[in-house]
Amino acid sequence: MTNIDTLTEPAVDQTTVAIATAGRPSEKSPRERSRWRSMLPSMTPWLAVGLVLVVGIILFGLITPFFAGDPNAIRDSGLMPPSAANILGTTQTGQDVFAQLATATRGSLTIGFLVGILATALSALFGILGSYLGGFADEAFSLFSNVFLVIPGLPLVIVISGFVPQQSRGLWTIAVVLAITSWAASARVLRAQTLSLRSRDYVAASKVAGEKAWRVITVEILPNLLPVLASQFVFAVIAAILGEAGLSFLGLGASNSSTLGTMLFYAQNGFALSLGAWWWFVPPGLMIALFGMGLSLINFSIDEIINPKLKNVRLHRKRAKAARKLDRGKAAA
Amino acid sequence: MRYFARKIGFYVIALWAALTINFLIPRLLPGNPVDILLAKLQQRGGIVTPATRKAYELLLGGDTSDPLIVQYWNYLVHVAQGDLGVSVSYFPAKVSDVIASSLPWTITLVGIATVIAAVIGVALGAFVGWKPGTWLDSFVPATTLLAAVPYFWLALILVYLFATTWHLFPSQGGYDVTLDPGWSPEFIGSAIRYGTLPALTIVIASIGGWLLGMRNMMVSTLSEDYILTARAKGLTEGRIMRNYAARNAVLPSVAGFAISLGFVVAGSIVTEQVFSYPGIGSKLLSAVTNNDYALMQGIFLFITLAVLGANLIVDLLYGLIDPRTRARG
Amino acid sequence: MTIADTQSLDASTSGRRPAVLTVEDLSVVYEVEDPVTAVRNATFTLAPGEILGLAGESGCGKTTLAYAINRLHRPPARISSGSVTFHDRDGSDVDVLSLGDEAMRRFRWDKLSMVFQGAMNALNPVTTIRAQLDDTLRAHRPHMKRKERLERSADVLRRVGVDPNRLSSYPHELSGGMRQRVMIAMAMLLEPQLMIMDEPTTALDVVVQRDILREIVRLRDELSFAVIFITHDLPLLLEISDRIAVMLQGEIVELAPAAQIYAEARHPYTQKLLGSFPSLSGERGAFIRTGIDEQRRAQ
Repeated sequence: MTNIDTLTEPAVDQTTVAIATAGRPSEKSPRERSRWRSMLPSMTPWLAVGLVLVVGIILFGLITPFFAGDPNAIRDSGLMPPSAANILGTTQTGQDVFAQLATATRGSLTIGFLVGILATALSALFGILGSYLGGFADEAFSLFSNVFLVIPGLPLVIVISGFVPQQSRGLWTIAVVLAITSWAASARVLRAQTLSLRSRDYVAASKVAGEKAWRVITVEILPNLLPVLASQFVFAVIAAILGEAGLSFLGLGASNSSTLGTMLFYAQNGFALSLGAWWWFVPPGLMIALFGMGLSLINFSIDEIINPKLKNVRLHRKRAKAARKLDRGKAAA
Repeated sequence: MRYFARKIGFYVIALWAALTINFLIPRLLPGNPVDILLAKLQQRGGIVTPATRKAYELLLGGDTSDPLIVQYWNYLVHVAQGDLGVSVSYFPAKVSDVIASSLPWTITLVGIATVIAAVIGVALGAFVGWKPGTWLDSFVPATTLLAAVPYFWLALILVYLFATTWHLFPSQGGYDVTLDPGWSPEFIGSAIRYGTLPALTIVIASIGGWLLGMRNMMVSTLSEDYILTARAKGLTEGRIMRNYAARNAVLPSVAGFAISLGFVVAGSIVTEQVFSYPGIGSKLLSAVTNNDYALMQGIFLFITLAVLGANLIVDLLYGLIDPRTRARG
Repeated sequence: MTIADTQSLDASTSGRRPAVLTVEDLSVVYEVEDPVTAVRNATFTLAPGEILGLAGESGCGKTTLAYAINRLHRPPARISSGSVTFHDRDGSDVDVLSLGDEAMRRFRWDKLSMVFQGAMNALNPVTTIRAQLDDTLRAHRPHMKRKERLERSADVLRRVGVDPNRLSSYPHELSGGMRQRVMIAMAMLLEPQLMIMDEPTTALDVVVQRDILREIVRLRDELSFAVIFITHDLPLLLEISDRIAVMLQGEIVELAPAAQIYAEARHPYTQKLLGSFPSLSGERGAFIRTGIDEQRRAQ
């Protein structure tokens, strides 16, 4: 016989709470946040700066080419410093640097995002699928990723570009080559995350319930991988823009394309350096650096979602400091 | 022990993969590289014999009737013997000689610069990450800007400032060409002087990555239980930061070395171009311009070898500093 | 309900100070969006060599209290009021909350050491046991020579039943029970006067648990340090503690000798807690305090 009589004994929680709160004013219950809202990063100065930079540069690349004038128009006024007529001066052949910058930004962004999507798709395929299936597939995919990881990327791209004749080097060729040489690092990160998620209880539960593999991946695993995927996508875009810029600077980029890298290629060949034409070669590189910085700052905020320890340390220090100040203020008063 | 054996085995496989890729690329892409090459050779005054054609077809593939697998085997044998063909752009030098003369320059430059960047970056990252939420955190945005700067653009800026405007360092070359190459102090001094700007470029452009990675790991590590134990034990802050926090936080940076090295190698190739530094990167680029396919292939192979070697050393090192890997095997 | 404090002082051991620790009105607040008071006006004294059990359900504030005593709490936790006074064997009184950084560092582990919950991660994974025992000694006993430190480390390990050869092992090479013993050994290195143990046996199986508890009581008898033993397992405390403090939502609702808690618990929550642990003996389905519940039913 048990001693518990459900009819006469009230629930434990009610009793203990009643005892505890007797004589004390009730405290508010914590505000509820929906699951999706809590997945978004909280606004910080870093995130704000990052968003401003990224959105600003994207808008610049999309809209400005429409009214900045013709970047290819040749004039007599070669290598003129910034003036009222040309905000950023002219190139060796009298072309307007500002107009070129706008078009080049659009070109770089296009290829950056294109390669970013391709590379992320590849790394998702090799990283997530393989590790979810486990066993031999996992070992094989993982070995494949690791081998691609250690084989140096840019030399491989250079060699491939070198063997392809100049005419056939279109935008898509370059994009595919860049994507092939950069997916491996992300695949490794995604694999590690999937491995840790795969062993969680809710995944086991749906497998036991008889869900098909693709359903388990899309419904249970992918939503939890979203922050990591987003972060890897951002890395891929940064790497793609830098990679493409490097290729174009070396003269190995896509023919007929106009990117920030090709701008620097022409600047280098037009002796901008030795002639001191800083307005020609500083802006393109600065544009790449600022865009990369913006993306990195956004990535920091995504990192804080993936790893809440990063966010909380800063926040807690701030709050404790504020509370201490409040106390000291009260004591002094 | 299993850990070390596994790692070495992996790198053998990677090397085989690189050789195979090297073999397949000229054969898979459109065009007939051998014909172009031999035409170039004749332009330079070289004599084309059937033996020459055979040698190039071995490396680059042609209209031979041998099945692919036989070509593959012959290719591997030749590479193992060190025969990589004759360079067209540096005729009549052999590919292996061209590589031998330029590889040391690159390895010294990139090796020293990477070590400096890694040591300083990790140390700074440890400091910045030790007290998150304080003024030190304000370094982080500046560092992200630095980490996103393209290597070659930074090189251009440095040349513009230090060479063209202020005339402190030379802008081109690896050493003073009026000196005789050798181990004399003047030559070494000159090599250092010419190598400063390229090295500075690599250090500044790569330090950001090390710093940010280490900083994030430090912040993560701070909430671990063993840090709490260390504080409770009354150890000094310095000791906790070094032996408990940094010692654990540095592990992922070492594990991720392969990825960072990839970026550094890419960056150094473009840097060599800007400075006309006599390393293997600039040789690769001039080979592309001159359609010197044999040299391109040979250089790719050697760069891959160097990168694989560096990664192997770091992986073995990781096995030493993280005792848990030796248990996992 | 007021706090029932029925402390009995041990007057037979003269020359000893009546208390080793006095905590008065200690409150700890978590400064989150809606601030939470995790510990509310905690007050108690601890006699030298006494085992004080601190019991309560998860989230009642016992760990926060323990950390606050040693000032190990981190933002957003903040001590909003109260005092913690350590009465040293040598006669001096230390106001723990107002110690400077360097003085706090010297105080820690030397006078007051801790054994943490779940030693899974409490030891540095990349250095040997010897190194971790060694750096404690180096930090607090700078005049000790290397050989002396090694001997002392081997000595404390032997005391807790761990083979001194284990000094060259890494934490992941030891089992859970062994790691916990190493933690206890480490806590004894400097012969502190007070040890705070936060759920030291919760993650272990019952047989190992028993061994370790026996060790703790034995060591306390040998070296006469005081112990604050934190756990949710009240029956365990009934066996080993001298006095027991029961915490509920941040407040100490009852503080009395163990025997008294067992026989005549005054606070309703304590009674509830006692009645929640199933008994191995007695009627099937009966709880530990069949006597009490039958009494209540009879009323």
